[in-house]
Amino acid sequence: MKTTLLALAASAAVLIPAVASAQDDPTKACFIYVGPIGDFGWSYQHHQGLLEAEEHFGDKLETAYLESVPEGADAERAIERFARSGCDIIFTTSFGYMDATNKIAGRFPDVKFEHATGYKREHPNVATYNSKFHEGRYVQGVIAAKMSETGVAGYIASFPIPEVVMGINAFLLGAQSIDPDFQVKVVWANTWFDPAKEADAATALIDQGVDIITQHTDSTGPMQVAADRGIKAFGQASDMIEFGKETQLTSIIDDWGPYYIERIQAVMDGTWEQQDVWEGMAEGHVVMAPYTNMPDDVKALAEETEAKIKSGEFDPFTGPIKKQDGSDWLAEGEVAEEGVLLGMNFYVEGVDDQLPQ
Amino acid sequence: MRLELVKRPQQSTLFSALSPFIAFGLTIVAGATLFAALGKDPVETLYYYFIDPLTETWSLHELAIKAAPLILIAVGLSVCFLSSNWNIGAEGQFIMGAIAGSILPVLFPDFQFWFVLPLMLIMGMAGGAAYAFIPALLKVRFNTNEILSSLMLVYVAQLFLDWLVRGPWRNPEGFNFPETRNFHEYAILPEIWSASGRAHWGFVFAIVAALVLWFMLSKTIKGFEVKVIGQSPRAGRFAGFSAGRMVVFAFLVSGAMAGLAGISEVSGAIGQLRPTISPGYGFTAIIVAFLGRLNPLGIVAAGLILALTYLGGEAAQISVGLSDKVVRAFQGSILFFVLACDTLIHYRIRMVRPAQKAEVANV
Repeated sequence: MKTTLLALAASAAVLIPAVASAQDDPTKACFIYVGPIGDFGWSYQHHQGLLEAEEHFGDKLETAYLESVPEGADAERAIERFARSGCDIIFTTSFGYMDATNKIAGRFPDVKFEHATGYKREHPNVATYNSKFHEGRYVQGVIAAKMSETGVAGYIASFPIPEVVMGINAFLLGAQSIDPDFQVKVVWANTWFDPAKEADAATALIDQGVDIITQHTDSTGPMQVAADRGIKAFGQASDMIEFGKETQLTSIIDDWGPYYIERIQAVMDGTWEQQDVWEGMAEGHVVMAPYTNMPDDVKALAEETEAKIKSGEFDPFTGPIKKQDGSDWLAEGEVAEEGVLLGMNFYVEGVDDQLPQ
Repeated sequence: MRLELVKRPQQSTLFSALSPFIAFGLTIVAGATLFAALGKDPVETLYYYFIDPLTETWSLHELAIKAAPLILIAVGLSVCFLSSNWNIGAEGQFIMGAIAGSILPVLFPDFQFWFVLPLMLIMGMAGGAAYAFIPALLKVRFNTNEILSSLMLVYVAQLFLDWLVRGPWRNPEGFNFPETRNFHEYAILPEIWSASGRAHWGFVFAIVAALVLWFMLSKTIKGFEVKVIGQSPRAGRFAGFSAGRMVVFAFLVSGAMAGLAGISEVSGAIGQLRPTISPGYGFTAIIVAFLGRLNPLGIVAAGLILALTYLGGEAAQISVGLSDKVVRAFQGSILFFVLACDTLIHYRIRMVRPAQKAEVANV
């Protein structure tokens, strides 16, 4: 049914491309994903957001999406195709689409563009959005320090960009709040989605003696390795409990649905404006999966930490914090500025890795 | 029972000419069956695949953008393959060309004059050629297998680019993200006809390169030399041609073409260096070269058709809701049928019964 609607909508757009969407026409929202919607991670969650929006708006909304769109010249073409096919709002959901999004936005001033995780808004019809996933990583760090026997966690990271570095730091700070000597070993997979490579990284880390695995890559590979080896792990982006019933402690769920509904509504109402959104647990953009496979006291502590962050009582990046080289970064009680976090290119003290520079 | 391919004593000229059309017809039938089995309207899907991208000007521009690197690399490769030099490393030469060509805009951003772009293109060709020279030299000097050496150098080039954009060439204003600074306006390859779309001069380079190489291969002594050495190195030696010099020549030409494709793509379509600048153009171009039967003019057609399947695949995804995986499988089936038809023109299938074999063994 959905696909028939899509086909009808698209053929209509092709046949009469010049006709602007009239008042009672449904609004069309289009999504571009960097991975397959079946990755059970990043792209999967964005697609869940699309489905939530579809359910919310019913007949008033049409949607279309393209999956596995490579960053670069292909992305520009894909975005332009959407802009020309009658989309009213286009969500480009990977950092690498930043320049392409801005370029096309300049040529289609009547279409709204929403770019996830970027910082460039060169035209009034481009907005950016992201979530404070590091809040969830702090909670995971607290759990890791409670659950680990070796005091070392393995971290499978994608690319050394601020977003990922911030996550590693937040995880370690959470762990250090329980065990000041806690360590994190980092493996750079240099990919967002490669189940085999991520699984290899997990195996290598476990062989080096870590007994908790966490990841900033999008597949369920590491979770499955952890399950096979009988250690605990955290899911990424979606609830991965199906892939590790005895393994997953919790997972950071990227819940894009509320944001997508809000922005599509704004387009419908004609109130859409450029903005830069970076919200976390408080607004429900970052949600923790149920705390499982842990004793009650750990669960209680995790819930307490989550509540504190949610209420704004506590920020994961609150001093005193030293940088990896031992120099002072934040004084007692000082909270990191958002600008510094968004360009974060250093580790905090205790990370057992050299940041690729 | 076992199947064997036996070379036909004579090839049918008629079927050689018809082969691409038969292959295309079989692809359509197979595709329609596949789409119908998935519950999609086959006619509509095929329309979006092959016709829709050709109905709009902007989409024709996109076709040119996608086809340009494929054609440029493939015509260079045709010189290699015709002379029996198996250069599998065009992807690496593409990347090294892009890197060499980007030296000026990345390291000397204040150096902004009109001649920056021509210099970049020359450096791009030089970079690609120099990188292709490595497997050529290894083959001539040490008789190293060029398939392996050129392929492995692809990974070296990819990692080198990765290191550059994360390290020394990283954009100082880029929040630590792995990319170089954006090229300034003098380093951008202009659009051919910017009023109607964003196709850049890379496509013109591709057509010119195809014409020049077609002329060289079919009308000059050098082209004759390429083919003689490729088909019979011994005959080439009697004719006084040096096989070693041909290896170097073929690799330099194809490396330069791949390098030009690399810098054109970066300066025309992307505007900066990133960890990944090619979705595998260097490998896809090998297919394009063979689809075009190693004839530069055939390669232009093959490059356009392959580019069309990428664009059509997207159109079908959006319009009919076909999944990305099906799109790729369909693309693969085109290549399968083309190669199968070509094979069956040169060979026929013979069934060999095990009984016969046993008899032979008893004798």
